[in-house]
Amino acid sequence: MSPENKQILTTDGVPLEVSLKKAEKKNKIKAFLLVAPLLLFIIITYVFPIGDMLMRSVNDKMVTEMLPKTYKSMETWDGEELPPEEVFEAFYFDFQKLIEEEREGKLSTQLNYTKNGFKSIIKKLRRKSKSFEEGNYKEQIMAVHKRWADVEYWRAIKRRAPAYTYQKYLKGMDMYENEKGEIVNVAEDRRVHRILWLRTLEIAFFVTVFCFLMAYPIAHLLATLPMKYSNLLMICVLLPFWTSLLVRTASWMILLQQQGIVNDFFVMIGLVSDDNRIEMMFNKTGSYVAMTQILLPFMVLPLYSVMKTISPSLMRAGKSLGGTPFIAFWKVYFPLTIPGIGAGCLLVFILAIGYYITPALVGGASGTLISNQIAFHMKSTLDWSFASAMGLMLLSGVLVIYWLYNKLVGIDNIKLG
Amino acid sequence: MVSKKDFVKFDKVDKSYDGKILVVKDLKLDIAEGEFITMLGPSGSGKTTCLMMLAGFETPTNGEIYLDGNAISSIPPHKRGIGMVFQNYALFPHMTVYENLAFPLRVRKIPKDEADKKIDKALSMVSLQGFAARMPGQLSGGQQQRVAVARSLVFDPQLVLMDEPLGALDKNLRESMQYEIKHIHESIGVTVVYVTHDQSEALTMSNRIAVFNDGKVQQLSSPDELYEKPVNSFVAEFIGENNTFAGEVSDISDGRCKVKLANAEILANPISVKGKGEKTTVSLRPERALINPSDKMDNIHKGKIEEVIYHGDHTRVRINLLGNPEFILKIPNSSSNLDIKLGNEIKIGWNSDDARALDPK
Repeated sequence: MSPENKQILTTDGVPLEVSLKKAEKKNKIKAFLLVAPLLLFIIITYVFPIGDMLMRSVNDKMVTEMLPKTYKSMETWDGEELPPEEVFEAFYFDFQKLIEEEREGKLSTQLNYTKNGFKSIIKKLRRKSKSFEEGNYKEQIMAVHKRWADVEYWRAIKRRAPAYTYQKYLKGMDMYENEKGEIVNVAEDRRVHRILWLRTLEIAFFVTVFCFLMAYPIAHLLATLPMKYSNLLMICVLLPFWTSLLVRTASWMILLQQQGIVNDFFVMIGLVSDDNRIEMMFNKTGSYVAMTQILLPFMVLPLYSVMKTISPSLMRAGKSLGGTPFIAFWKVYFPLTIPGIGAGCLLVFILAIGYYITPALVGGASGTLISNQIAFHMKSTLDWSFASAMGLMLLSGVLVIYWLYNKLVGIDNIKLG
Repeated sequence: MVSKKDFVKFDKVDKSYDGKILVVKDLKLDIAEGEFITMLGPSGSGKTTCLMMLAGFETPTNGEIYLDGNAISSIPPHKRGIGMVFQNYALFPHMTVYENLAFPLRVRKIPKDEADKKIDKALSMVSLQGFAARMPGQLSGGQQQRVAVARSLVFDPQLVLMDEPLGALDKNLRESMQYEIKHIHESIGVTVVYVTHDQSEALTMSNRIAVFNDGKVQQLSSPDELYEKPVNSFVAEFIGENNTFAGEVSDISDGRCKVKLANAEILANPISVKGKGEKTTVSLRPERALINPSDKMDNIHKGKIEEVIYHGDHTRVRINLLGNPEFILKIPNSSSNLDIKLGNEIKIGWNSDDARALDPK
């Protein structure tokens, strides 16, 4: 037996590893108990809702459960021509059950998502089906409306058969699955989401750039000023944190509107004429200005914490060795601040990409982001599964950015404070 | 080449940070080419400020600094061509040792093969060959220090400034680095201005030492002179150990003076006293006072042993002598026959030449 493999024993003859585990067990339990409340909290408020969101976004059981007999009889239908009599019969009985339970309205809404035109024919079928006679349901249903005789509509019903679907994700990308099962783009004039995704990325990117450009000098000043001044400046930087987000956004509305203070000032100094005031709100400019201001501290703080650790003698060394102030900055100071830049940019970008209140208030039509669309579907159309799908797309986008950052810069290279 | 006597010249330099307090007052200092000069003083004495003015990171409030005959106050630091070693080394943590040393050569646009030769030479000078690819974080404190020294010398500056470069090292390493820096200085003949608050460091390394206190140079002389012949009581107190008696001159003649203490009178060497009645502090190095002296010595007094501290090679004895309970004697370990026990009365003597009557504290 080689000496490395030899088991080391304690003085009492217990294997060292066993003894160590025993000794550390108590500490481990203590440590776990300390984090347990937070762990529980995160599971309840974070892991569980996200899991629920994921389920909701792919869940399509509702229609499947409403039309159980129909789908069973449809299993043998190839979808080429109108379905046979059994399918119509099964659909009739499923439908009667729904009428009894007063759920046929929901069915019409759901089917209408898949194909427009279901709402009216289901309403009509409901009225007419009261006087249906037994047998030959195919003829009777087809007589209610000519669309019931259209194979397209039956295919649409069949498409809702699976209990799980990725249709919502396709919709989020302005795509859908057509009758033949191919994934195609929606008509050009109906594409809304792709523009929103791109705009979200664009605004988040530029907000990050603006924040970086403004925060870098401030953070540098904060890190180099004597304590009594830097404290005051730090309070100025943090002041926005202590003010409600709504209040800040509202003040930007006061400042930026066409009759607002900024425009008044421009008119006063003659930069623009009175009847030609600049539109700075309810467009992208509004989102840029307000979001940059609100997210600025998230850039300043990581930069500051990194710059604070850079000894001023490094810059001096760079200069004394013959580097011009610019070279000393660029070759010595700047590379050392990269961890702070990475942290700040990642933080601001991720926050900006999911920003909601500010763009909703000052962004107008051209300055809203994807999160506003998510909120719209949560509150107005009540299409929660679609909202969940977009929320998850946003989340995975953020994870991709995080992964990219880790690949490019390395996540160990990040410093938040 | 004839070395210039005033290679670096501080001419009536004043410096104030807040417009109220002068941290450097009327500094006049000439540094010869190839000299190793140390600015020594307690913290806040203005020595580092002087170094920073020389490096160009601070500007004199008044007066001018000349380097090789040229006024340099208006020249920015990066054009002065002065090498500098910082207190915390100030190695660039994101660059390898090689890149650190290459930095001053690159900004001077020195071709790569020539730069490589210089870097090799500088690294071998501090015996760090083979460390070029390391990052500073992977080096020990002593090695980082060597890299910093090599970096300050790699571009062949005529003047190198060192700002307490050994302050962060432990005692043994500090001592060996002292010799190393001294040898480098001797072998390449560069002018070094060294700042420290550690007097033994200053005594070991320097050609001359400028003792700073209160924004002024108290004494500028060679290490031995500084130790043997301090010109005022601050220097006497600051450099080495010192026994003092405060008193008043009662008589002065033939290069001797009598100083009247509270209950005795001693003979002393009048350095900064001129006449009768002046207050004075008499300073005497512990090793210049002997136990059981021969009768030739002109000061012989009796004292009581208050404390005996064993130090290995010598024994320190604290004696209550002539009203001074803090009188220290150093007795070499060989003198075993002496009767040194707590509470004993012993005779102590010294020559009046060694007792320097300086300004009162």
